[in-house]
Amino acid sequence: MSTDQTTYRPEALTGNRTLLAIAIVFSVVMMAPVAWLVGLSIKDNKELMLGTESVFALPYTLVNYVNILYSSQAFGWFFNSLVVAIGQTTGVLILASLAGYAFARLEFPFRRTIFVIVLFGLAVPEQAVIIARHQMFNWFGLHNSYIGLMLPGMSSAFGVFLMTQFFKAIPKEIDEAALLDNASPLRIFWKVLLPLTLPAQATLGIFTFLHAWNDYWWPLISATRKEMFTLTIGIASSQTNFAQSEGLGFLSAQAVFASLPVLIVYVIFQRHIVTAVSGGAVK
Amino acid sequence: MAESYRRSQWSNSLFILPYLSVFAVLLVFPLFWGAWLSLHKVDLFGPGRFVGLGNYARVLADPVFLQALRNTVIFVLVSVPSLVALGLFLALALNKTTRTTSFLRGLFFSSSVLSVTIVTLIWRFVFIPGDGLLAVVSEQLGMQPVNFLSTSGWSLFSVGVATVWWCLGLPMMLFLAALQQIPNDLYEAAALDNASPWRVLIRVTLPSIARTIMLVTIIQIVMQFQLFGQAQIMTNGGPNGTSRPLVMYIYEVGFVRWDVGKAAAASEFLFLIILVAAMAQYIVSTRKSEASE
Repeated sequence: MSTDQTTYRPEALTGNRTLLAIAIVFSVVMMAPVAWLVGLSIKDNKELMLGTESVFALPYTLVNYVNILYSSQAFGWFFNSLVVAIGQTTGVLILASLAGYAFARLEFPFRRTIFVIVLFGLAVPEQAVIIARHQMFNWFGLHNSYIGLMLPGMSSAFGVFLMTQFFKAIPKEIDEAALLDNASPLRIFWKVLLPLTLPAQATLGIFTFLHAWNDYWWPLISATRKEMFTLTIGIASSQTNFAQSEGLGFLSAQAVFASLPVLIVYVIFQRHIVTAVSGGAVK
Repeated sequence: MAESYRRSQWSNSLFILPYLSVFAVLLVFPLFWGAWLSLHKVDLFGPGRFVGLGNYARVLADPVFLQALRNTVIFVLVSVPSLVALGLFLALALNKTTRTTSFLRGLFFSSSVLSVTIVTLIWRFVFIPGDGLLAVVSEQLGMQPVNFLSTSGWSLFSVGVATVWWCLGLPMMLFLAALQQIPNDLYEAAALDNASPWRVLIRVTLPSIARTIMLVTIIQIVMQFQLFGQAQIMTNGGPNGTSRPLVMYIYEVGFVRWDVGKAAAASEFLFLIILVAAMAQYIVSTRKSEASE
């Protein structure tokens, strides 16, 4: 709350103290459900059966977290999520970088037409293709496989669009210099330009990773065998039979465990995520 | 070699070939295949006979579809203005860079990175009767707790609360970015006129970000029309389908009852709605860039 450079601005209701106070109160309300979840996760299930108001009193325990260690399922789902998210991210980065470079720098027949068609792809929602995709993957026996879970996300036009923008932002003089050395397009791409796009790769990579990690509908219909569940689907499945499930405390601990990876990624790469998400929204 | 760079060459298109194949196979083909399916009687055992617009007629005659459409429209009409208003409020409140505001921005955005199943779990633990946070709190206050998830009216409302909580970060960030773009001289001029803060907001701030408000609204309409996981997990569309959204209808028809042709027809309706909104978004955003150039 120290000094700020914009003191000469009339507050214009922006950055006003009262508003800030309301925002702080609002943030407490927003975090209350999270605190409740964490509270439940550190209570013994038997005690919660008698009444959840016991969350507000001692004793607390880590027994639910220890139980996750013994429940091999959650770890299996965690591993599946990791494989799928990393695989999909790698695929998207390779495809989008190659295509983005070509759209931004190279000339080839129908370049503009193809780019416009790809842009149209941005407007196609998952719901319009998911039924046909499900059938196609059935033909090729790709359901309940890692490849089957990874592939659909790679068709997203967003990455291509983002990488095209990034390649366009690199000054043309850099390629010109390489061209004087008679470098081929592939060489310029690989040796000269790709290293310059590392921040962009990070942005797109983190965005894709989070997207794949949190994906719900496709894994729900594609991974039907319990051992192929991703963590997102696994958590959903253990929620459905709530009453006779492993208990509120255990479920809460599982949820905290499942959200830790994304929250850690978020805290470390916050700037990249915000850039990617806002860029993706505005297009 | 330098020739290949400037002159149009087929060999250059090899760079887009990998993506283009994935795009064609996994996006373009399913888009047309889905349209084809919607014109056929299809079940679990594969494509059947051509029925023309029969599936569309069946969808439109299905009271469950009409109810889902109404639920979705109501949901969009309530959740989108809430998201825009709250996002705008938070952006105005946090539009200064201090430690506190940076922390709060990070906090308000953090829920957006969670998966839908975590979000629903968190909110079910708030809403469940007896053991939920709201039940416990209202008991302490001596009030009669509401059974949020299984009372018609309240169930869709609960899904909406969870959704707003989940999606609030993006509108806030987009509004913050827009507020940073407002030129300072506009505020200086207003200061010379001794305008009140409220007047500055109405006369300077809001008009300057009008296009962003429009854009955020459209983005949210597109997103909220696709409501699915929250409703499916929290209420399973209940009670009596009063919280079943369109996407959940498609899911149930296509993947639970395996009436694939009908589900494909329903998804074409949804596609149409989203396409119209996406067009509007395109028009608004290109107008914006023209204005700034």
